[in-house]
Amino acid sequence: MSEISQAQPNYNYKVVRQFTIMTIVWGIVGMSIGVFIAAQLFAPVLNFDTPWLTFSRLRPLHTNSVIFAFGGCALFATSYYIVQRTCQVRLFSDKLAAFTFWGWQAVIVLAICTLPFGMTSSKEYAELEWPIDILIALVWLAYVINFFGTLIIRKVSHIYVANWFLGAFMLTVLVLHIGNSMAIPVSFTKSYSLYAGAVDAMMQWWYGHNAVGFFLTAGFLGMMYYFVPKQAGRPVYSYRLSIVHFWALISLYIWAGPHHLHYTALPDWTQSLGMVMSIILFVPSWGGMINGIMTLSGAWHKLRTDPVLRFLIVSLSFYGMSTFEGPMMAIKTVNALSHYTDWTIGHVHSGALGWVAMISIGSVYHLIPILFGQPGMYSTRLVNVHFWLATIGVVLYIVAMWMSGVLQGLMWRAVNADGTLTYSFVESLEASIPFYIVRFIGGCFVVAGMLVMAYNTYKTVRAPKGTLAADPATQAA
Amino acid sequence: MDQGTVGTIFTLVVFVCFIGVVLWAFSSRNKKKYDEAANLPFADEEQDKIKKDNRES
Repeated sequence: MSEISQAQPNYNYKVVRQFTIMTIVWGIVGMSIGVFIAAQLFAPVLNFDTPWLTFSRLRPLHTNSVIFAFGGCALFATSYYIVQRTCQVRLFSDKLAAFTFWGWQAVIVLAICTLPFGMTSSKEYAELEWPIDILIALVWLAYVINFFGTLIIRKVSHIYVANWFLGAFMLTVLVLHIGNSMAIPVSFTKSYSLYAGAVDAMMQWWYGHNAVGFFLTAGFLGMMYYFVPKQAGRPVYSYRLSIVHFWALISLYIWAGPHHLHYTALPDWTQSLGMVMSIILFVPSWGGMINGIMTLSGAWHKLRTDPVLRFLIVSLSFYGMSTFEGPMMAIKTVNALSHYTDWTIGHVHSGALGWVAMISIGSVYHLIPILFGQPGMYSTRLVNVHFWLATIGVVLYIVAMWMSGVLQGLMWRAVNADGTLTYSFVESLEASIPFYIVRFIGGCFVVAGMLVMAYNTYKTVRAPKGTLAADPATQAA
Repeated sequence: MDQGTVGTIFTLVVFVCFIGVVLWAFSSRNKKKYDEAANLPFADEEQDKIKKDNRES
Protein backbone atom coordinates (compact mmCIF):
# COMPACT_ATOMS: atom_id res chain seq x y z
CA MET A 1 0.00 0.00 0.00
CA SER A 2 2.66 2.48 1.01
CA GLU A 3 4.61 2.23 -2.26
CA ILE A 4 1.54 2.69 -4.44
CA SER A 5 0.06 5.65 -2.63
CA GLN A 6 3.14 7.81 -3.17
CA ALA A 7 2.88 10.89 -5.38
CA GLN A 8 1.56 10.34 -8.91
CA PRO A 9 4.22 9.95 -11.56
CA ASN A 10 4.46 12.93 -13.86
CA TYR A 11 1.97 11.78 -16.50
CA ASN A 12 1.78 13.26 -20.00
CA TYR A 13 -1.70 14.77 -19.86
CA LYS A 14 -1.01 17.31 -22.58
CA VAL A 15 -1.58 14.88 -25.44
CA VAL A 16 -4.63 13.45 -23.66
CA ARG A 17 -6.09 16.98 -23.32
CA GLN A 18 -5.46 17.71 -27.01
CA PHE A 19 -7.13 14.52 -28.20
CA THR A 20 -10.02 14.91 -25.75
CA ILE A 21 -10.91 18.40 -26.98
CA MET A 22 -10.60 17.31 -30.60
CA THR A 23 -12.91 14.38 -29.88
CA ILE A 24 -15.68 16.87 -29.13
CA VAL A 25 -14.81 19.12 -32.07
CA TRP A 26 -14.72 16.30 -34.65
CA GLY A 27 -17.80 14.74 -33.09
CA ILE A 28 -19.77 17.90 -33.82
CA VAL A 29 -18.30 18.22 -37.34
CA GLY A 30 -18.82 14.57 -38.29
CA MET A 31 -22.32 14.26 -36.86
CA SER A 32 -23.41 17.56 -38.43
CA ILE A 33 -22.30 16.30 -41.85
CA GLY A 34 -24.34 13.18 -41.10
CA VAL A 35 -27.44 15.26 -40.33
CA PHE A 36 -26.91 17.28 -43.49
CA ILE A 37 -26.71 14.25 -45.77
CA ALA A 38 -29.66 12.69 -43.92
CA ALA A 39 -31.64 15.79 -44.92
CA GLN A 40 -30.47 15.40 -48.53
CA LEU A 41 -32.17 12.00 -48.67
CA PHE A 42 -35.63 13.54 -48.35
CA ALA A 43 -34.71 16.94 -49.79
CA PRO A 44 -32.21 16.31 -52.61
CA VAL A 45 -32.30 20.02 -53.46
CA LEU A 46 -29.86 20.47 -50.57
CA ASN A 47 -26.96 19.45 -52.78
CA PHE A 48 -27.43 22.82 -54.51
CA ASP A 49 -26.38 21.21 -57.81
CA THR A 50 -22.80 21.29 -56.59
CA PRO A 51 -20.77 18.13 -57.21
CA TRP A 52 -18.80 18.43 -53.98
CA LEU A 53 -21.96 18.75 -51.88
CA THR A 54 -23.55 15.58 -53.25
CA PHE A 55 -24.41 12.67 -50.97
CA SER A 56 -21.89 10.40 -52.69
CA ARG A 57 -18.97 12.65 -51.76
CA LEU A 58 -20.12 13.81 -48.35
CA ARG A 59 -21.09 10.35 -47.11
CA PRO A 60 -17.45 9.08 -46.96
CA LEU A 61 -16.53 12.37 -45.32
CA HIS A 62 -19.20 11.70 -42.68
CA THR A 63 -18.06 8.12 -42.04
CA ASN A 64 -14.39 9.07 -41.95
CA SER A 65 -14.93 11.98 -39.63
CA VAL A 66 -17.12 10.15 -37.12
CA ILE A 67 -15.15 6.89 -37.12
CA PHE A 68 -11.57 8.07 -37.50
CA ALA A 69 -11.73 11.69 -36.35
CA PHE A 70 -14.26 11.49 -33.48
CA GLY A 71 -13.79 7.82 -32.56
CA GLY A 72 -10.08 7.90 -33.35
CA CYS A 73 -9.37 10.95 -31.16
CA ALA A 74 -11.41 9.38 -28.35
CA LEU A 75 -9.32 6.20 -28.64
CA PHE A 76 -6.01 8.11 -28.71
CA ALA A 77 -7.02 10.19 -25.70
CA THR A 78 -8.28 7.33 -23.56
CA SER A 79 -5.57 4.84 -24.51
CA TYR A 80 -2.80 7.33 -23.69
CA TYR A 81 -4.56 8.07 -20.41
CA ILE A 82 -5.32 4.46 -19.44
CA VAL A 83 -1.89 3.12 -20.27
CA GLN A 84 -0.19 5.76 -18.13
CA ARG A 85 -2.55 5.40 -15.19
CA THR A 86 -2.58 1.60 -15.08
CA CYS A 87 1.16 1.25 -15.73
CA GLN A 88 1.94 4.10 -13.32
CA VAL A 89 4.51 5.56 -15.65
CA ARG A 90 4.77 8.50 -18.06
CA LEU A 91 4.33 7.81 -21.79
CA PHE A 92 7.31 6.18 -23.48
CA SER A 93 7.92 9.21 -25.73
CA ASP A 94 6.41 12.71 -25.64
CA LYS A 95 7.75 13.43 -29.12
CA LEU A 96 6.01 10.40 -30.62
CA ALA A 97 2.83 11.38 -28.76
CA ALA A 98 2.94 14.88 -30.28
CA PHE A 99 3.64 13.36 -33.70
CA THR A 100 0.58 11.11 -33.40
CA PHE A 101 -1.60 14.09 -32.44
CA TRP A 102 -0.52 16.44 -35.21
CA GLY A 103 -0.20 13.60 -37.73
CA TRP A 104 -3.72 12.39 -37.01
CA GLN A 105 -5.18 15.90 -37.28
CA ALA A 106 -3.34 16.29 -40.60
CA VAL A 107 -4.93 13.07 -41.86
CA ILE A 108 -8.38 14.39 -40.95
CA VAL A 109 -7.79 17.76 -42.59
CA LEU A 110 -6.48 16.02 -45.71
CA ALA A 111 -9.65 13.90 -45.76
CA ILE A 112 -11.74 17.07 -45.68
CA CYS A 113 -9.60 18.50 -48.49
CA THR A 114 -9.85 15.46 -50.80
CA LEU A 115 -13.12 13.54 -50.37
CA PRO A 116 -15.55 16.34 -51.38
CA PHE A 117 -13.50 16.82 -54.56
CA GLY A 118 -14.01 13.23 -55.57
CA MET A 119 -10.50 11.99 -54.77
CA THR A 120 -11.21 8.53 -53.44
CA SER A 121 -9.99 4.97 -53.67
CA SER A 122 -13.70 4.02 -53.41
CA LYS A 123 -13.04 1.35 -50.74
CA GLU A 124 -15.58 1.79 -47.97
CA TYR A 125 -14.09 3.18 -44.73
CA ALA A 126 -10.73 3.28 -46.55
CA GLU A 127 -11.52 5.92 -49.15
CA LEU A 128 -8.45 8.06 -48.61
CA GLU A 129 -5.90 8.08 -51.41
CA TRP A 130 -2.44 6.54 -51.17
CA PRO A 131 -0.35 9.50 -49.93
CA ILE A 132 -2.75 9.90 -46.98
CA ASP A 133 -2.71 6.13 -46.42
CA ILE A 134 1.06 6.27 -46.03
CA LEU A 135 0.74 9.09 -43.48
CA ILE A 136 -1.88 7.04 -41.57
CA ALA A 137 0.48 4.04 -41.49
CA LEU A 138 3.34 6.18 -40.13
CA VAL A 139 1.18 7.82 -37.45
CA TRP A 140 -0.22 4.44 -36.46
CA LEU A 141 3.25 2.90 -36.23
CA ALA A 142 4.32 5.74 -33.93
CA TYR A 143 1.18 5.11 -31.84
CA VAL A 144 1.92 1.37 -31.55
CA ILE A 145 5.55 2.01 -30.58
CA ASN A 146 4.53 4.59 -27.99
CA PHE A 147 1.82 2.40 -26.45
CA PHE A 148 3.84 -0.81 -26.28
CA GLY A 149 6.91 1.17 -25.22
CA THR A 150 4.91 2.45 -22.26
CA LEU A 151 3.78 -1.09 -21.42
CA ILE A 152 7.42 -2.24 -21.45
CA ILE A 153 8.58 0.45 -19.01
CA ARG A 154 5.58 -0.04 -16.68
CA LYS A 155 6.05 0.13 -12.91
CA VAL A 156 3.52 -2.58 -12.02
CA SER A 157 3.81 -6.30 -12.66
CA HIS A 158 0.47 -6.98 -14.33
CA ILE A 159 -0.82 -5.45 -17.58
CA TYR A 160 -4.41 -4.39 -16.88
CA VAL A 161 -6.98 -5.98 -19.22
CA ALA A 162 -8.01 -2.63 -20.77
CA ASN A 163 -4.49 -2.44 -22.20
CA TRP A 164 -4.86 -5.89 -23.75
CA PHE A 165 -7.87 -4.73 -25.70
CA LEU A 166 -6.20 -1.46 -26.66
CA GLY A 167 -3.02 -3.24 -27.74
CA ALA A 168 -4.97 -5.76 -29.84
CA PHE A 169 -6.90 -2.90 -31.44
CA MET A 170 -3.72 -1.05 -32.42
CA LEU A 171 -1.81 -4.03 -33.80
CA THR A 172 -4.76 -5.34 -35.77
CA VAL A 173 -5.64 -1.94 -37.24
CA LEU A 174 -2.02 -1.57 -38.38
CA VAL A 175 -2.17 -4.92 -40.20
CA LEU A 176 -5.66 -4.26 -41.63
CA HIS A 177 -4.84 -0.78 -42.86
CA ILE A 178 -1.60 -1.77 -44.57
CA GLY A 179 -3.08 -4.99 -46.00
CA ASN A 180 -6.21 -3.42 -47.44
CA SER A 181 -4.64 -0.18 -48.67
CA MET A 182 -2.09 -1.87 -50.95
CA ALA A 183 -2.51 -0.04 -54.24
CA ILE A 184 -0.72 0.93 -57.42
CA PRO A 185 -0.60 4.73 -57.81
CA VAL A 186 -1.17 6.14 -61.27
CA SER A 187 -0.87 9.76 -60.17
CA PHE A 188 -0.48 11.69 -56.94
CA THR A 189 -4.22 11.59 -56.28
CA LYS A 190 -5.31 8.35 -57.94
CA SER A 191 -4.46 4.71 -57.33
CA TYR A 192 -5.93 1.30 -58.04
CA SER A 193 -6.20 -1.56 -55.56
CA LEU A 194 -3.55 -4.26 -55.81
CA TYR A 195 -6.31 -6.86 -55.56
CA ALA A 196 -8.88 -7.71 -58.20
CA GLY A 197 -12.44 -9.01 -58.35
CA ALA A 198 -13.74 -11.22 -55.55
CA VAL A 199 -10.33 -11.14 -53.82
CA ASP A 200 -10.55 -7.35 -53.63
CA ALA A 201 -14.05 -7.60 -52.19
CA MET A 202 -12.90 -10.15 -49.61
CA MET A 203 -9.88 -8.02 -48.62
CA GLN A 204 -12.16 -5.00 -48.38
CA TRP A 205 -14.55 -6.71 -45.96
CA TRP A 206 -11.83 -8.46 -44.04
CA TYR A 207 -10.67 -4.89 -43.42
CA GLY A 208 -14.15 -3.38 -43.17
CA HIS A 209 -15.57 -5.76 -40.62
CA ASN A 210 -12.46 -5.68 -38.51
CA ALA A 211 -12.53 -1.91 -38.60
CA VAL A 212 -15.79 -2.55 -36.75
CA GLY A 213 -14.38 -5.40 -34.67
CA PHE A 214 -11.09 -3.89 -33.61
CA PHE A 215 -11.33 -0.13 -34.17
CA LEU A 216 -14.94 0.28 -33.04
CA THR A 217 -15.17 -2.64 -30.60
CA ALA A 218 -11.89 -3.85 -29.07
CA GLY A 219 -10.61 -0.30 -28.62
CA PHE A 220 -13.82 0.89 -26.99
CA LEU A 221 -13.98 -2.24 -24.84
CA GLY A 222 -10.58 -1.16 -23.52
CA MET A 223 -12.22 2.16 -22.65
CA MET A 224 -15.10 0.28 -20.99
CA TYR A 225 -12.80 -1.89 -18.85
CA TYR A 226 -11.16 1.21 -17.40
CA PHE A 227 -13.86 3.88 -17.17
CA VAL A 228 -16.81 1.75 -16.01
CA PRO A 229 -14.96 0.44 -12.93
CA LYS A 230 -13.42 3.86 -12.34
CA GLN A 231 -16.68 5.77 -12.52
CA ALA A 232 -18.52 3.13 -10.49
CA GLY A 233 -15.72 3.11 -7.91
CA ARG A 234 -15.37 -0.65 -7.87
CA PRO A 235 -13.33 -3.24 -9.80
CA VAL A 236 -14.77 -5.00 -12.83
CA TYR A 237 -17.38 -7.70 -12.07
CA SER A 238 -15.15 -10.63 -13.08
CA TYR A 239 -11.53 -10.22 -14.10
CA ARG A 240 -11.49 -13.89 -15.15
CA LEU A 241 -14.41 -13.37 -17.49
CA SER A 242 -12.56 -10.42 -18.99
CA ILE A 243 -9.64 -12.70 -19.90
CA VAL A 244 -11.90 -15.25 -21.60
CA HIS A 245 -13.74 -12.32 -23.22
CA PHE A 246 -10.50 -10.98 -24.65
CA TRP A 247 -9.18 -14.19 -26.20
CA ALA A 248 -12.58 -15.28 -27.52
CA LEU A 249 -13.32 -11.88 -29.06
CA ILE A 250 -10.01 -11.36 -30.83
CA SER A 251 -9.80 -14.92 -32.15
CA LEU A 252 -13.34 -14.84 -33.59
CA TYR A 253 -13.79 -11.34 -34.99
CA ILE A 254 -11.21 -11.67 -37.73
CA TRP A 255 -13.31 -14.36 -39.50
CA ALA A 256 -16.63 -12.54 -39.66
CA GLY A 257 -15.98 -10.29 -42.69
CA PRO A 258 -17.56 -12.48 -45.42
CA HIS A 259 -21.04 -11.84 -43.98
CA HIS A 260 -20.87 -8.51 -45.84
CA LEU A 261 -20.74 -10.47 -49.10
CA HIS A 262 -23.60 -12.96 -48.84
CA TYR A 263 -25.02 -14.05 -52.20
CA THR A 264 -22.14 -12.52 -54.17
CA ALA A 265 -19.31 -14.00 -56.26
CA LEU A 266 -17.50 -14.95 -53.04
CA PRO A 267 -17.13 -18.77 -52.72
CA ASP A 268 -20.07 -20.31 -50.91
CA TRP A 269 -17.98 -21.93 -48.17
CA THR A 270 -16.44 -18.53 -47.33
CA GLN A 271 -19.91 -17.02 -46.94
CA SER A 272 -20.98 -19.87 -44.66
CA LEU A 273 -17.78 -19.57 -42.62
CA GLY A 274 -18.40 -15.85 -42.18
CA MET A 275 -21.98 -16.53 -41.12
CA VAL A 276 -21.05 -19.20 -38.55
CA MET A 277 -18.22 -17.14 -37.08
CA SER A 278 -20.51 -14.12 -36.81
CA ILE A 279 -23.10 -16.13 -34.92
CA ILE A 280 -20.52 -17.52 -32.47
CA LEU A 281 -19.30 -13.97 -31.93
CA PHE A 282 -22.51 -13.28 -30.07
CA VAL A 283 -21.18 -15.20 -27.04
CA PRO A 284 -18.02 -13.21 -26.21
CA SER A 285 -19.81 -9.97 -27.06
CA TRP A 286 -22.51 -10.61 -24.50
CA GLY A 287 -19.93 -11.94 -22.03
CA GLY A 288 -18.21 -8.57 -22.20
CA MET A 289 -21.44 -6.62 -21.96
CA ILE A 290 -22.58 -8.57 -18.91
CA ASN A 291 -19.16 -8.12 -17.31
CA GLY A 292 -19.42 -4.37 -17.78
CA ILE A 293 -22.99 -3.96 -16.60
CA MET A 294 -22.61 -6.33 -13.64
CA THR A 295 -19.73 -4.20 -12.40
CA LEU A 296 -22.55 -2.08 -11.00
CA SER A 297 -24.02 -5.04 -9.16
CA GLY A 298 -24.83 -3.82 -5.66
CA ALA A 299 -24.35 -0.18 -6.64
CA TRP A 300 -27.26 0.31 -9.02
CA HIS A 301 -28.35 3.37 -7.06
CA LYS A 302 -25.39 5.25 -8.53
CA LEU A 303 -27.21 5.29 -11.87
CA ARG A 304 -29.88 7.53 -10.38
CA THR A 305 -27.47 10.29 -9.47
CA ASP A 306 -24.59 9.97 -11.90
CA PRO A 307 -25.34 10.81 -15.57
CA VAL A 308 -21.77 9.95 -16.59
CA LEU A 309 -22.21 6.41 -15.33
CA ARG A 310 -25.56 6.35 -17.11
CA PHE A 311 -23.81 7.14 -20.40
CA LEU A 312 -21.38 4.27 -19.83
CA ILE A 313 -23.99 1.70 -18.82
CA VAL A 314 -26.53 2.63 -21.51
CA SER A 315 -23.74 2.39 -24.07
CA LEU A 316 -23.28 -1.22 -22.94
CA SER A 317 -26.99 -1.87 -23.40
CA PHE A 318 -26.73 -0.60 -26.96
CA TYR A 319 -23.63 -2.75 -27.41
CA GLY A 320 -25.62 -5.79 -26.29
CA MET A 321 -28.46 -4.87 -28.62
CA SER A 322 -26.31 -4.39 -31.70
CA THR A 323 -24.18 -7.49 -31.02
CA PHE A 324 -27.40 -9.51 -30.93
CA GLU A 325 -28.68 -7.84 -34.07
CA GLY A 326 -25.37 -8.26 -35.95
CA PRO A 327 -25.11 -12.06 -35.69
CA MET A 328 -28.79 -12.31 -36.57
CA MET A 329 -28.30 -10.19 -39.70
CA ALA A 330 -25.29 -12.33 -40.64
CA ILE A 331 -27.57 -15.36 -41.07
CA LYS A 332 -27.93 -15.75 -44.81
CA THR A 333 -31.73 -15.93 -44.87
CA VAL A 334 -32.08 -12.84 -42.66
CA ASN A 335 -29.43 -11.10 -44.73
CA ALA A 336 -31.49 -11.80 -47.86
CA LEU A 337 -34.07 -9.45 -46.39
CA SER A 338 -31.83 -6.93 -44.64
CA HIS A 339 -28.89 -6.42 -47.00
CA TYR A 340 -28.71 -3.19 -49.03
CA THR A 341 -31.65 -1.80 -47.02
CA ASP A 342 -31.77 0.88 -44.32
CA TRP A 343 -31.81 -1.88 -41.70
CA THR A 344 -28.03 -2.05 -42.15
CA ILE A 345 -27.78 1.70 -41.58
CA GLY A 346 -29.91 1.34 -38.44
CA HIS A 347 -27.70 -1.48 -37.16
CA VAL A 348 -24.52 0.49 -37.76
CA HIS A 349 -25.88 3.51 -35.94
CA SER A 350 -27.14 1.57 -32.94
CA GLY A 351 -23.52 0.44 -32.65
CA ALA A 352 -21.94 3.77 -33.57
CA LEU A 353 -24.23 6.25 -31.81
CA GLY A 354 -25.41 3.93 -29.04
CA TRP A 355 -22.25 2.07 -28.15
CA VAL A 356 -19.19 3.88 -29.53
CA ALA A 357 -20.36 7.47 -29.13
CA MET A 358 -21.96 7.01 -25.71
CA ILE A 359 -19.01 5.17 -24.16
CA SER A 360 -16.71 7.87 -25.59
CA ILE A 361 -18.89 10.69 -24.32
CA GLY A 362 -19.07 9.11 -20.86
CA SER A 363 -15.30 8.68 -20.82
CA VAL A 364 -14.72 12.26 -21.96
CA TYR A 365 -17.01 13.59 -19.19
CA HIS A 366 -14.98 11.54 -16.74
CA LEU A 367 -11.69 12.86 -18.14
CA ILE A 368 -12.30 16.58 -18.59
CA PRO A 369 -12.38 17.58 -14.91
CA ILE A 370 -9.28 15.47 -14.21
CA LEU A 371 -7.32 16.78 -17.19
CA PHE A 372 -8.12 20.42 -16.52
CA GLY A 373 -7.70 20.25 -12.75
CA GLN A 374 -11.33 20.88 -11.84
CA PRO A 375 -13.31 19.06 -9.17
CA GLY A 376 -16.16 18.28 -11.57
CA MET A 377 -17.95 19.35 -14.75
CA TYR A 378 -19.38 22.87 -14.86
CA SER A 379 -22.91 21.46 -14.81
CA THR A 380 -24.00 17.92 -14.01
CA ARG A 381 -27.51 18.89 -15.08
CA LEU A 382 -26.27 19.65 -18.59
CA VAL A 383 -24.56 16.24 -18.67
CA ASN A 384 -27.96 14.79 -17.87
CA VAL A 385 -29.59 16.89 -20.61
CA HIS A 386 -26.98 15.58 -23.03
CA PHE A 387 -27.70 12.03 -21.92
CA TRP A 388 -31.39 12.33 -22.73
CA LEU A 389 -30.80 14.15 -26.02
CA ALA A 390 -28.40 11.40 -27.08
CA THR A 391 -30.69 8.57 -25.98
CA ILE A 392 -33.83 9.97 -27.62
CA GLY A 393 -31.85 10.79 -30.77
CA VAL A 394 -30.41 7.29 -31.10
CA VAL A 395 -33.74 5.59 -30.47
CA LEU A 396 -35.54 7.77 -33.05
CA TYR A 397 -32.76 7.09 -35.52
CA ILE A 398 -32.60 3.31 -35.21
CA VAL A 399 -36.35 2.69 -34.97
CA ALA A 400 -36.88 4.76 -38.13
CA MET A 401 -34.18 2.83 -39.97
CA TRP A 402 -35.47 -0.57 -38.82
CA MET A 403 -38.93 0.22 -40.12
CA SER A 404 -37.65 1.71 -43.34
CA GLY A 405 -35.26 -1.21 -43.87
CA VAL A 406 -37.75 -4.00 -43.32
CA LEU A 407 -40.26 -2.16 -45.51
CA GLN A 408 -37.69 -1.85 -48.31
CA GLY A 409 -36.67 -5.50 -47.98
CA LEU A 410 -40.27 -6.65 -48.21
CA MET A 411 -41.10 -4.36 -51.13
CA TRP A 412 -38.02 -5.39 -53.11
CA ARG A 413 -38.74 -9.11 -52.77
CA ALA A 414 -42.51 -8.92 -53.43
CA VAL A 415 -43.42 -10.60 -56.72
CA ASN A 416 -46.68 -10.89 -58.62
CA ALA A 417 -48.22 -14.22 -59.63
CA ASP A 418 -46.54 -13.97 -63.04
CA GLY A 419 -43.09 -13.48 -61.46
CA THR A 420 -42.70 -9.76 -62.13
CA LEU A 421 -41.74 -7.36 -59.33
CA THR A 422 -44.68 -5.85 -57.48
CA TYR A 423 -42.95 -2.55 -56.75
CA SER A 424 -40.48 -0.42 -58.63
CA PHE A 425 -37.42 0.85 -56.77
CA VAL A 426 -38.75 4.39 -56.78
CA GLU A 427 -41.91 3.24 -55.00
CA SER A 428 -39.81 1.82 -52.14
CA LEU A 429 -37.86 5.07 -52.02
CA GLU A 430 -41.04 7.10 -51.69
CA ALA A 431 -42.24 4.78 -48.92
CA SER A 432 -39.03 5.49 -46.98
CA ILE A 433 -39.29 9.27 -46.97
CA PRO A 434 -41.28 9.62 -43.71
CA PHE A 435 -38.66 7.48 -41.96
CA TYR A 436 -35.87 9.63 -43.41
CA ILE A 437 -37.50 12.66 -41.81
CA VAL A 438 -37.67 10.89 -38.42
CA ARG A 439 -34.02 9.86 -38.81
CA PHE A 440 -33.09 13.48 -39.52
CA ILE A 441 -34.88 14.60 -36.36
CA GLY A 442 -33.05 11.92 -34.34
CA GLY A 443 -29.75 13.12 -35.77
CA CYS A 444 -30.59 16.71 -34.76
CA PHE A 445 -31.09 15.52 -31.17
CA VAL A 446 -27.69 13.83 -31.19
CA VAL A 447 -25.91 16.91 -32.56
CA ALA A 448 -27.75 19.16 -30.09
CA GLY A 449 -26.41 16.93 -27.31
CA MET A 450 -22.87 17.34 -28.61
CA LEU A 451 -23.28 21.13 -28.66
CA VAL A 452 -24.44 21.03 -25.02
CA MET A 453 -21.32 18.99 -24.28
CA ALA A 454 -19.09 21.52 -26.03
CA TYR A 455 -20.61 24.37 -24.01
CA ASN A 456 -20.29 22.44 -20.74
CA THR A 457 -16.67 21.58 -21.56
CA TYR A 458 -15.86 25.19 -22.44
CA LYS A 459 -17.31 26.41 -19.14
CA THR A 460 -15.42 23.72 -17.22
CA VAL A 461 -12.07 24.43 -18.85
CA ARG A 462 -12.47 28.20 -18.53
CA ALA A 463 -13.76 28.23 -14.95
CA PRO A 464 -11.31 29.92 -12.54
CA LYS A 465 -9.80 27.46 -10.07
CA GLY A 466 -11.92 26.90 -6.99
CA THR A 467 -15.19 28.15 -8.47
CA LEU A 468 -16.59 24.77 -9.45
CA ALA A 469 -18.03 22.49 -6.80
CA ALA A 470 -17.37 18.79 -6.88
CA ASP A 471 -20.51 16.88 -7.66
CA PRO A 472 -20.78 14.09 -5.13
CA ALA A 473 -21.89 11.61 -7.77
CA THR A 474 -19.20 12.33 -10.33
CA GLN A 475 -16.11 13.10 -8.32
CA ALA A 476 -14.68 9.57 -8.44
CA ALA A 477 -11.37 10.28 -10.07
CA MET B 1 -4.62 -33.12 -46.88
CA ASP B 2 -7.81 -31.77 -48.36
CA GLN B 3 -9.59 -28.64 -47.26
CA GLY B 4 -12.05 -30.55 -45.04
CA THR B 5 -9.26 -32.19 -42.99
CA VAL B 6 -7.43 -28.90 -42.53
CA GLY B 7 -10.68 -27.31 -41.39
CA THR B 8 -11.34 -30.11 -38.91
CA ILE B 9 -7.84 -29.95 -37.41
CA PHE B 10 -8.01 -26.18 -37.17
CA THR B 11 -11.40 -26.29 -35.44
CA LEU B 12 -10.07 -28.82 -32.90
CA VAL B 13 -6.91 -26.76 -32.25
CA VAL B 14 -8.97 -23.62 -31.66
CA PHE B 15 -11.33 -25.53 -29.38
CA VAL B 16 -8.45 -26.94 -27.30
CA CYS B 17 -6.91 -23.46 -27.06
CA PHE B 18 -10.21 -22.05 -25.84
CA ILE B 19 -10.51 -24.73 -23.14
CA GLY B 20 -6.92 -23.90 -22.19
CA VAL B 21 -7.75 -20.21 -21.83
CA VAL B 22 -10.79 -21.00 -19.68
CA LEU B 23 -8.81 -23.33 -17.41
CA TRP B 24 -6.02 -20.77 -17.12
CA ALA B 25 -8.46 -17.94 -16.35
CA PHE B 26 -10.44 -19.87 -13.76
CA SER B 27 -7.65 -21.80 -12.03
CA SER B 28 -7.59 -20.89 -8.36
CA ARG B 29 -3.80 -20.55 -8.50
CA ASN B 30 -4.20 -17.25 -10.32
CA LYS B 31 -6.90 -15.78 -8.09
CA LYS B 32 -4.66 -13.47 -6.09
CA LYS B 33 -2.92 -12.20 -9.20
CA TYR B 34 -6.22 -11.34 -10.87
CA ASP B 35 -7.60 -9.62 -7.81
CA GLU B 36 -4.54 -7.40 -7.80
CA ALA B 37 -4.84 -6.76 -11.52
CA ALA B 38 -8.55 -5.93 -11.25
CA ASN B 39 -7.68 -3.18 -8.78
CA LEU B 40 -5.07 -1.55 -11.01
CA PRO B 41 -7.37 1.30 -12.10
CA PHE B 42 -7.45 2.38 -8.45
CA ALA B 43 -3.85 1.56 -7.58
CA ASP B 44 -2.12 4.75 -8.66
CA GLU B 45 -3.83 7.11 -6.27
CA GLU B 46 -6.41 7.54 -3.63
CA GLN B 47 -6.27 4.05 -2.18
CA ASP B 48 -7.45 5.56 1.06
CA LYS B 49 -10.19 7.61 -0.51
CA ILE B 50 -11.78 4.56 -2.16
CA LYS B 51 -11.80 2.70 1.11
CA LYS B 52 -13.50 5.66 2.68
CA ASP B 53 -16.10 5.80 -0.12
CA ASN B 54 -16.86 2.12 0.28
CA ARG B 55 -17.39 2.56 3.99
CA GLU B 56 -19.78 5.41 3.37
CA SER B 57 -21.89 3.64 0.74
